[in-house]
Amino acid sequence: MTQLPETTEKKLGLVIDLDTCVGCQACVVNCKEWNTGGYGAPLSDQNPYGSDPTGAWLNRVHGFEASQGEQSRMIHFPRSCLHCSDAACVTVCPTGASYKRTEDGIVLVDESMCIGCGLCAWACPYGARELDLAAGVMKKCTLCVDRIYNDNIPEEDRVPACVKTCPANARHFGDLADPESDVSKLVAERGGVDLMPEMGYQPTNKYLPPRAKRDEAAADDSIVALAQPEAKGFLGWLDRVLSD
Amino acid sequence: MHPAPSVITFTVLSGAGYGLLALIGLFGCFDALPGDQTTAILVSLAALGLVSAGLLSSTLHLGRPDRAWRAFSQWRSSWLSREGVAAIITFIPALAAAYGWIMTGVINPMLGLLLALCAGITVFCTGMIYACLKTVPQWHRGWVPLVYLALALMTGGLWATALTALLGHDVFGLELLAFMALLLGWAVKWLEITDRANIEAQSTAGTALGLEAETTVKMIEPPHQGRNYLLREMAFEVGRKHAEKLRKIMWLCGAAWPLLMLIVVLLSPAGAIAGFAALLALIFGMAGCFIERWLFFAEAQHKVTLYYGANAV
Repeated sequence: MTQLPETTEKKLGLVIDLDTCVGCQACVVNCKEWNTGGYGAPLSDQNPYGSDPTGAWLNRVHGFEASQGEQSRMIHFPRSCLHCSDAACVTVCPTGASYKRTEDGIVLVDESMCIGCGLCAWACPYGARELDLAAGVMKKCTLCVDRIYNDNIPEEDRVPACVKTCPANARHFGDLADPESDVSKLVAERGGVDLMPEMGYQPTNKYLPPRAKRDEAAADDSIVALAQPEAKGFLGWLDRVLSD
Repeated sequence: MHPAPSVITFTVLSGAGYGLLALIGLFGCFDALPGDQTTAILVSLAALGLVSAGLLSSTLHLGRPDRAWRAFSQWRSSWLSREGVAAIITFIPALAAAYGWIMTGVINPMLGLLLALCAGITVFCTGMIYACLKTVPQWHRGWVPLVYLALALMTGGLWATALTALLGHDVFGLELLAFMALLLGWAVKWLEITDRANIEAQSTAGTALGLEAETTVKMIEPPHQGRNYLLREMAFEVGRKHAEKLRKIMWLCGAAWPLLMLIVVLLSPAGAIAGFAALLALIFGMAGCFIERWLFFAEAQHKVTLYYGANAV
């Protein structure tokens, strides 16, 4: 059913910290690894060992340069499905294959119903959906629905593969509908934001903006000071005498 | 957006087919159709053939065409589903009207009106498939379904005029309507193009990345070196550099030349000259529509390109 639920009991999602993401691509690889063997059809690659490899991935990390005035810095930007509350990808689906779960808000594709028309991918401004060319069906982040409720794996592993693998602790998973959850507190504390709020899709996932940069001028001085330590003792006396 | 040949063929051919069906319905309503059986059979076949060929072409765009029937289920929320349902429903009055016209030479006025209405609704739904996408600002406008409707009526008129003229009829009302529809179709298209100046980019790389506090946000490292589904499907830019030239060809080939040919048709009596001119009007008018539809896709910019180097969409 492609009509959206009025509300969902939980809003499971990710909080991604743009301040600490180092762009190592580990989440990208672990996402592909888990999801090619998990829920639904494998994530196929075409011509994987050839000169022009391509394939379906559910998580991609972009590198951007952001600057305020003369200061600029590198922002590593992981991009995956945001599990929007008002998800246009769901309502445009002609078959009912795309749906949003009432219990936890996860947006999924029932691959046995998908006709691969691609309209959901067109409706998503975030580029969250990629068509699998081998299976002819749409693939997207499942929030590792086959991990987070999986009784067969240790409890500490019941988080999305990307969260589990992040070495910088830049990815957090939890219920964003619960104001007392760790992720909600983190969003409140760090001023987490929605991507493209002007679209009105109310994404569940939040991004934590990079922290304000330290004063570069002051930092420069301290480095110079470190490189030229103040001379003491005999050398200090010599320095003072010769400087006069 | 990628101008997929299957989707261009779908929208142009089914548009022409529904336009022709609407005209059969409307002229049938006023008992203004030629009553002979050959004309009835050929025109009905052409209309149903165009519609069917268009709809079949649309399934070539699917990853799993074998499951296309599932697309009829979500008409409550999806314009694509509504289009599918409307397309199938239109076959009922279309087949009934064709049967009546072929067997009795006339179409029941109420049936004709119903057919025109159903055909119009179907084309409107086709336009809304694109107009409902907020992610493509050039598409997310009321002009888009209007262009689809106007060009469907226009191409339907060209088909009707060509077929009746080639079969030796001189249906002045139909020729005049085709002429008016040609003017209307391209006028609406011209207004749509003019209105593009009013499109304001609402999203920037800053809003897309949640980095509005930064003064500049610039992509320096793409997430993958090769192309992917998103780039193939939504970041098509190859044709844009030729857009202006193609648009000139579209106006000359799709609008100016058919207009001239239709004047010849209007002024000449039934015969070889009228038939030949109407055929030329049809061929060039359809070619103009194919260019229009190709540009409709090729020029449309998707918001996902903000993650791949675009500054504002």
